[in-house]
Amino acid sequence: MKYDLVIIGAGPAGMSAAVEACNLGLSCLLLDEQPRGGGQIYRNVGRQTPKGKELLGPEYQAGLPLLKAFELSNCKHVAGASVWQISAQGEVFYSVAGTSNAVTAEKVLITTGAQERPMPIPGWTLPGVMTAGGAQILLKSPGLAADEAVFAGCGPLLYLVVWQYLKAGVKVKAVLDTTPRSNYLKAAKEWRAALAGRSYLKKGIKLLRDIKSAGIPIYKEVNRIAAIADEARSLGTVSFCTPKAELQIETQHLFLHQGIIPQVNLAMASGCEHHWSTQQLCWTPKVDDWGQSSQQRILISGDGLSIGGAVAASLRGKLAALQVGYENGKLSVQQRDTRGQPIRRLLAKELAFRPFIDTLYRPAEQFRKPVENEVVVCRCEEILLKDIKSAVENGCMGPNQLKSFTRCGMGPCQGRQCGNTVTELMADLSGNPVEETGYYRLRAPVKPLNLSELASLYDEH
Amino acid sequence: MFHDISHASRQPCVSLLLDGKSIAVPAGYTVAAALLTQHRRHNRTSPVSGAPRGPFCLMGGCFECLVEIDGVSNRQACMVEVREGMNVCTQQGAGELTTDPETLSYEV
Amino acid sequence: MTCTDYLVVGGGMLGAAIGYGLARQNLGCTILDAHDRDFRAARGNFGLVWVQSKGADLAAYARWTRCSTELWPGFSSELEELTGIDLHYKRSGGVHFCLSDQALADRQAHLMKLAAASDGAFSYRMLDHRELLELEPELGPSVPGGSWSPHDGHVNPLYLLRALHAGFIRHGGNYQANRRVKTIEACNDGYRLVTEQGEIRARHLILAAGLDNARLAPMVGLKQPVYAQRGQILVSERVPKLLNHPSNYLRQTLEGTIQIGDSKESVGLDDGQSVHAMAKMARRACQIIPRLSQRRIVRGWGALRVLTADGYPVYEHGGNAWAFSSHSGVTLAAAHALKLSTMIRDQSLDADLQAFTANRF
Repeated sequence: MKYDLVIIGAGPAGMSAAVEACNLGLSCLLLDEQPRGGGQIYRNVGRQTPKGKELLGPEYQAGLPLLKAFELSNCKHVAGASVWQISAQGEVFYSVAGTSNAVTAEKVLITTGAQERPMPIPGWTLPGVMTAGGAQILLKSPGLAADEAVFAGCGPLLYLVVWQYLKAGVKVKAVLDTTPRSNYLKAAKEWRAALAGRSYLKKGIKLLRDIKSAGIPIYKEVNRIAAIADEARSLGTVSFCTPKAELQIETQHLFLHQGIIPQVNLAMASGCEHHWSTQQLCWTPKVDDWGQSSQQRILISGDGLSIGGAVAASLRGKLAALQVGYENGKLSVQQRDTRGQPIRRLLAKELAFRPFIDTLYRPAEQFRKPVENEVVVCRCEEILLKDIKSAVENGCMGPNQLKSFTRCGMGPCQGRQCGNTVTELMADLSGNPVEETGYYRLRAPVKPLNLSELASLYDEH
Repeated sequence: MFHDISHASRQPCVSLLLDGKSIAVPAGYTVAAALLTQHRRHNRTSPVSGAPRGPFCLMGGCFECLVEIDGVSNRQACMVEVREGMNVCTQQGAGELTTDPETLSYEV
Repeated sequence: MTCTDYLVVGGGMLGAAIGYGLARQNLGCTILDAHDRDFRAARGNFGLVWVQSKGADLAAYARWTRCSTELWPGFSSELEELTGIDLHYKRSGGVHFCLSDQALADRQAHLMKLAAASDGAFSYRMLDHRELLELEPELGPSVPGGSWSPHDGHVNPLYLLRALHAGFIRHGGNYQANRRVKTIEACNDGYRLVTEQGEIRARHLILAAGLDNARLAPMVGLKQPVYAQRGQILVSERVPKLLNHPSNYLRQTLEGTIQIGDSKESVGLDDGQSVHAMAKMARRACQIIPRLSQRRIVRGWGALRVLTADGYPVYEHGGNAWAFSSHSGVTLAAAHALKLSTMIRDQSLDADLQAFTANRF
């Protein structure tokens, strides 16, 4: 079965693209890993409880009309689908419940969105340490929260989850804010951007005010954090430093967050070129104005392009669909451009706020590039910072040589939890620019794939 | 510990085995959510060092929440919804091998 | 401009072994390596230290291979002691699975020929299904049999490369990365190389740049008729012990992961992957070790072998320049490090190795 467009990922970008593509008369298939549409940001929005709707807020609920439009569209939706390879000929291989299938696509749109930026602190592999994004996922579905948790890091999502916990009546033990002091001054210089996004700014300020007035202990300029084990080798204590003090807090839950970054694995494994964004400190795909990547059959959209938020993702998804519509002959170039114009205007407004946010919440160096020798950099293979330093001393010149020499990045997560850290560390240790240092060479299968399932695809011809 | 704050009607429940013990979990929960509400902090031991590991990202990208489900090792608990009669086990290291792979099911 | 006694172009399995061998003899040596994202056959290795398939048509190659495998245990210990890196080298024999009766018959003929040409130095056994099952209890019912040789073993090829690099530096070698060589010309006291990052002069030049040798060798009047052949492999997650010996299709590492190989494709300079080859390898693996079928692949790979038309190495020497290519860099690592480096020092290639001249084509 051949589709005009196969979309991977049912977040705002994917769903918007699907709706737009179907409106244009394109045959469209959307593959998503989750049981229902919504991606991470709108997870479970279609089945949310009244209490959940209230505490998750109006921006979350704004996903519901989009989900409904997607469900009503002609787009075929396969849930529980894990895409593991896209060939240059446009074959998309995916796995559902242990069986692999292949479809052919004229064009493929990757909208797999973002993931948490790794935050490698000492002890971050202890049970009980999770991401703030993970805490929010549990809040959305099925509606779980942890008592007396410590939240640590920086960025809008961290505060949002704390605020959501507050609204849910769940006690938060402390917030450890790692925003460096110098960020505030630098962010003030981005006042134009702040002004452009003043509605977001206002919401953010109110959020912070609510948290403060709730009496949650907030520690600022936290410059070191360590997770310490209890007798059960799980999280028991969080120790941290501010400029004024060294403190410890007992807790069984630590939620870390220092922003989100594009999920690059599928795009990179498919050969799409990427470059390093110094503004957002992450790898971003090289695309044109419509999302066309360096691979002829593949477009990329949404937060996978650069972090812009749900509304921007939705707009970008539409632009990608317009481009596919044009290439498919459904639209003339003028029609494509005319329809694209108002979308681009709105997109520009959404993205105008980014320079302020990216500057204010730019993660501190020591939390991106750990300094403690015993910190686990590669969680899967338990490779420590000192192992990486030792490899570099013996001539290791890049992330792929590092992977070969130490197994760093060879585990099942395929570099998702260590890649960004390793890129920056290797750049520092070798004295080369990050762009030159590069990233792991990613390959299929993009998610682990069962052998008998793969074997069943063998066709003698 | 994690608890349910949704005030959602949590019927029906499914009953499943967790390390041999029978537990009741609301339908719609992932196995990871079930573990966390059962106050289980770790779901596996690392094959590298034996250290206990627990769920981390909750969105399928970290491969920490690996458990054995119905005889199949290395299943991501955050990506699998609970089902009646499911048999979930803490995974030790690289996990076990079943003698009869043809009988295994990979249902989500 | 820097001038070095010995300059090795290429930091892969051949370059690193030769460089290590030279530095070990206290000879001033620099290795120029190119980039992290280059083709690098050394990173696509299976890790077999293998005798039983080698050199049926060229006795010199069979001898060179056996020589290397005899040196390997001492070589491995030496590297481990020097660098502290465990190579995971083990030699307890190797298996070659035959998946059809025809393949079994062909195999027997092949090994008889090899044994006949070896003056009794090469030993092996042909095994039927039942005998093979004793060696490998996880063997699938449809495998008719295979061959076994006591000479064979395996190693972690990535740790080998790492140890060679570390050992090279430990012995005072100078390793320079990100320095692809643009041009080479002969000059008064040797050779002058223009690299991406400046120039360097050397009295003695060794070209071990894999596929790039084809471009570089003519610059110093040598021939390296090599071409790329793609090999794909799959790597599983960690699995309980399923294999006792390394084999032609499967190898279980010390960590417990299982390497599954391989393909042989002529696709030019394309180190990508194909689902066809991946599925074929997966099917074969499940046929050989059925209980493996319940586990997952976490990584796939494609790499470009450095091959010659007959599959044997090509070693060239002219003036103070040398050029070496072989796709068996792991098996031959010991010989390259301990023997070839001495021949380079003495400026004389052993008579037996003259068989690897490019003039045979």
